[in-house]
Amino acid sequence: MEHTSTLERVLRGAALALVVIFFMFPLFWIFMMSFQTNETILRIPPSIVFEPTLSNYAALITGRLETAAGTLEINFLRTLWNSVFLSVTSVAVALLLGVPAAYAFARHKFRGSEDIAFTLLSFRFAPPLLVLLPLTIYFQQLGLSNTYFGLVWVYQLICLPLILWIVRGYFEDISADVEYAYRIAGHSWFATFRKIALPLAGPGIAAAGLLAFIFAWNNFVFALVLASADKQPVTVGALAFVTASGIQYGQIAAAIVLSITPTLALALYAQRYLVEGLSLGAVKG
Amino acid sequence: MTTILSIQNVDKFYGPIDRGVHAVRQLSIDIPKGEIVALLGSSGCGKTSTLRMIAGFEEVSRGAIAIAGRPVHMLAPVKRNVAMAFEGYSLYPPLTVRENIGFALKASRLGKAAVEKKVAEIAGLLEIEDILDRYPSSISGGQQQRASLGRALVRDADLHLLDEPMGQLEPQLRAVLRGRIKHFIKERGLTAILVTHDQTEANALADRIAVMEGGVLQQFDAPQTIKERPANLFTGTFVGEPPMNVFEAFVTGESDGIKLRLPDGLALDYEQGAFARDVRDALLRRQRVVIGIRPYAVRRARDGMPATVSANQWLGDQTHIAADFAGGSLVLVEHDRTRLERGERIGIRIDPQNLHVFDAGSGAAISHGAELA
Repeated sequence: MEHTSTLERVLRGAALALVVIFFMFPLFWIFMMSFQTNETILRIPPSIVFEPTLSNYAALITGRLETAAGTLEINFLRTLWNSVFLSVTSVAVALLLGVPAAYAFARHKFRGSEDIAFTLLSFRFAPPLLVLLPLTIYFQQLGLSNTYFGLVWVYQLICLPLILWIVRGYFEDISADVEYAYRIAGHSWFATFRKIALPLAGPGIAAAGLLAFIFAWNNFVFALVLASADKQPVTVGALAFVTASGIQYGQIAAAIVLSITPTLALALYAQRYLVEGLSLGAVKG
Repeated sequence: MTTILSIQNVDKFYGPIDRGVHAVRQLSIDIPKGEIVALLGSSGCGKTSTLRMIAGFEEVSRGAIAIAGRPVHMLAPVKRNVAMAFEGYSLYPPLTVRENIGFALKASRLGKAAVEKKVAEIAGLLEIEDILDRYPSSISGGQQQRASLGRALVRDADLHLLDEPMGQLEPQLRAVLRGRIKHFIKERGLTAILVTHDQTEANALADRIAVMEGGVLQQFDAPQTIKERPANLFTGTFVGEPPMNVFEAFVTGESDGIKLRLPDGLALDYEQGAFARDVRDALLRRQRVVIGIRPYAVRRARDGMPATVSANQWLGDQTHIAADFAGGSLVLVEHDRTRLERGERIGIRIDPQNLHVFDAGSGAAISHGAELA
């Protein structure tokens, strides 16, 4: 054991506490806001003592937003469902396409393989706005704008490169000889991919899938431009609370709490995989 | 005798054919059933490429490979009926050692009892009974290597390929296992090719050794022949420990015999009749040759040619003496403990029957001591 002095321990604890407060305070504040009305939120000076109310959540779940200017219909649960559907489908499609591709890139060096892999990665560098304008025009002509199909397709720009590069790193870490040993014992390469490569890269694939899910869930700008009300995910849907008669802080807060719950739960559950996936797979590349 | 493996004019290029790295050049080898062959060479000599082409993990750029009379170089590994032990062990991490070994038998559709029996037998042979239920990640490198070897040997294949099968074992165990494995292979009439850079292993296990260098097969002969009659300078210096001493020499034919002139004004004199006629002619056609003599064959003699001791090492069972000789360095081995000081002058005698003579240009052997008349 390394010897640490009391002072060092205290300082380390203080530093960790600072970091935690810095990152967790906004979450905490939003959580508190979600149980307040606009009046208590905007009160000066702010206070953490208030009478909690569930009206914000009630408004979200019933879809009726009472404002000074009247009643506003907001289909928040629909946007939440859209987020779930879009993210899950996008990740599923990206896994289906990306995992075999990652295996091919990891195992076979063919003409232009590095170029193709890098081109796919470059989708991640390009600012989304750069592609959005042409994409909008194409999608309108193709009849793909405001369809789930079109959105899932565009979400591949987010999910596919991520899965491809992380999973490729994992496949490269598996000794090719383990697969050769399996093949020489009388199995086809496809059986080898399924029975040896996939299970061994399992944790990496899970990590990549989770990360891709979180990135897809957090996406804002693609859906903002390419989807209208009934196909919008929750990130865009929250905009509806910025109304003509004012910003509904309480409802926005409640909406945020509801929308980050699934990803937060997922991230906490799979924390170890996520860290591994981010550091190992991505760095190796 | 039936030929199990036939390699015909095989070339291997990494990268484009004729422009990439030429790893194996025009290799042709025939191996009959029941023979153990060692591919011996230093790193990058093409031995592992050859093995992987036989197994089907590397494409054959040119040429043909047949196993049991069946052309296989275009077939997938699964269809070649070969077993292989990998240098990197390559055990399946989620399976126990027992499952790893038994797994190789799955395709053979043996009954459960028969598989158990075979696994137990091979585990006994390799002394891994005690780790059969452990996982690869929890056993040592040497144990993993034996498990990997067991997985290959347990199979009933036309050809067993063993890539550096004992590199990670402790010397004592290695010596014991060499004998047992050879016995196992011979008893069952299996055919095996082993890749190694360890010449002791090649000598101990193989019926014939294929020495490779730069992708070219240098010599393919029994261990004894390779040692006594190396086909060229490379084989002569590569095989044998400590390595053969070599010196450049000028050939002059005199009225009373053949003289091999070494640097520093030294010369080896041989009588006319010392060499067979064709060897003598071959010698006299050349001006420059390279002569080689094994360290074990160098004798000390009071009236010998002068040399100066530069190092003296007692290895526990033999003494290696290095000496400055004929403008170069020479090593000789003595079997008792010899105490010689650095700088001490000694006399060296090189008997004609221990001399190997190579062409100075091509390195091809011209004569071996044994050929002396």
